[in-house]
Amino acid sequence: MSPPQASARLAMPVVPSDPDVRDPQLVPGQKAVIRNVDFFYDTFRALKNISLSLHDKRVTAFIGPSGCGKSTLLRILNRIYELYPGQRATGEVLVDGENILAPGLDLNLLRAKIGMVFQKPTPFPMSIYDNIAFGIRLYERLTRPELDDRIEAALRRAALWDEVKDKLRQSGLGLSGGQQQRLCIARAVAVEPEILLLDEPASALDPLSTQRIEELIAELKDDYCIAIVTHNMQQAARSSDYTAFMYLGELIEFDETERIFTHPTQKQTEDYITGRFG
Amino acid sequence: MSIYTRRRIANGVVMSLSVAATAFGLLWLVLVLWTLLENGIAAITPALFSQMTPPPGSAGGLLNAIFGSVVMTLIATLVGTPTGILAGTFLAEYSRGSRFGEVVRFINDILLSAPSIIVGLFVYELMVVRMGHFSAWAGSMALAIIVIPVVVRTTEDMLNLVPNALREAAAALGSPKWKVIVMVSYRAAIQGMVTGVMLAVARIAGETAPLLFTALNNQFWSTNLDAPMANLPVVIFQFAMSPYADWQVLAWGGALLITLTVLCLNIGARALASWSTFKQ
Repeated sequence: MSPPQASARLAMPVVPSDPDVRDPQLVPGQKAVIRNVDFFYDTFRALKNISLSLHDKRVTAFIGPSGCGKSTLLRILNRIYELYPGQRATGEVLVDGENILAPGLDLNLLRAKIGMVFQKPTPFPMSIYDNIAFGIRLYERLTRPELDDRIEAALRRAALWDEVKDKLRQSGLGLSGGQQQRLCIARAVAVEPEILLLDEPASALDPLSTQRIEELIAELKDDYCIAIVTHNMQQAARSSDYTAFMYLGELIEFDETERIFTHPTQKQTEDYITGRFG
Repeated sequence: MSIYTRRRIANGVVMSLSVAATAFGLLWLVLVLWTLLENGIAAITPALFSQMTPPPGSAGGLLNAIFGSVVMTLIATLVGTPTGILAGTFLAEYSRGSRFGEVVRFINDILLSAPSIIVGLFVYELMVVRMGHFSAWAGSMALAIIVIPVVVRTTEDMLNLVPNALREAAAALGSPKWKVIVMVSYRAAIQGMVTGVMLAVARIAGETAPLLFTALNNQFWSTNLDAPMANLPVVIFQFAMSPYADWQVLAWGGALLITLTVLCLNIGARALASWSTFKQ
């Protein structure tokens, strides 16, 4: 897509029919705009006409019972679903005005710009240092001292530096679960993405590690647009600015987190957050 | 009789049968190894490793045959390993769920269990007949054809064990697919893949049938790959069938040598496999 077209698209009002999503011109700092997105696993329609936007330097949480499509929605944003045949998305996702669902888009460049951390820690079978250097080396050619600095900065960012600074050459698989997850966060921020997708990043961790991850999210949001999928409602309430409640592939309600948790407009949302179902 | 007593008896009977079956299998293995050791140990002398295969009635060793086996196994491994790894990579990483991949996998499984004498005949037709003579090249190619399906299979199996989450994580950083495979999948699967190659080497180290039709044999020292070359399995075959006592002793020695080599390769492969990457 050429730049003039892109700006023309951005100028259009976003989903005027949906009162929860305001006009982009009125709300500054919209990083990603999801518009009428459907998702299919072969013929199964897992997402139904989803429209919402993610704000820059804000945390947007996605909550809902298992199978509601919240992880699926996250996986659309970096098109990681394309690793598997039979999965496809329709609609539009505008990131800085460019439709990332457009065919012909360079997926590698897109994913370098939109980082992702998964539910289970996924350290690569290599040293702690190389785990982080892997992503950096993909797109940048740095001298050794520059690379060292970047890796230290990323590990400090993820609050892991003090624990691993003496064993950077040891395998990343030797770390504890919580440390591994912070290593994955360090790895994701090391490539300096613009959006950070967190798919239940703390669900496999103990309460202490969870707390550290949440503190980390609070710090990272100063620089990134963050989308987080979580099963933990307290976590959503604590760490997000906006919350989207999804159910059976539909977006039921999307608003500021405080509003969602104090005055939800939909009955389903209220039932879910008060624990009456889900 | 109570249910509990019946279960205890059934348990005892099944366990005894299992132990008996295991002992039966092990007995023959031990007998084979014992006979081999008893008869072969006398032939393991410095001369075995320093002298050529002798004519009947004179002293000698197996140097030319050992050399030939090592050379042909090496060439076969050098040809078969990259081919097998690339094909296994195609099956595990590129052809998931595709019809073509299914067909390739099926054919590879057939090749895996094909009798090696068929492979020998195939290479005989393809190379020996056209070149007009037996050669070490033909022998190496026959062995390579046996290596390939083993390596394809183990490579595919090992890559399939690499969790998809790891591939997703690498792709999510913006890594092109080939880099995900080389830097992440291979690294995670490398021990299993090396084990597969070692098992393939162990398999071809003792193959006789494909060499009978291809490399044949050579009584003398030869490093010419374009000519027949001595090798342990065919020498053992020839010497063991002969009526000469000194040849028979050498055959025992050669058999023990191959067995020990294969045993070492297998133990090495197991040690490598148990030293796993996935210690999470």
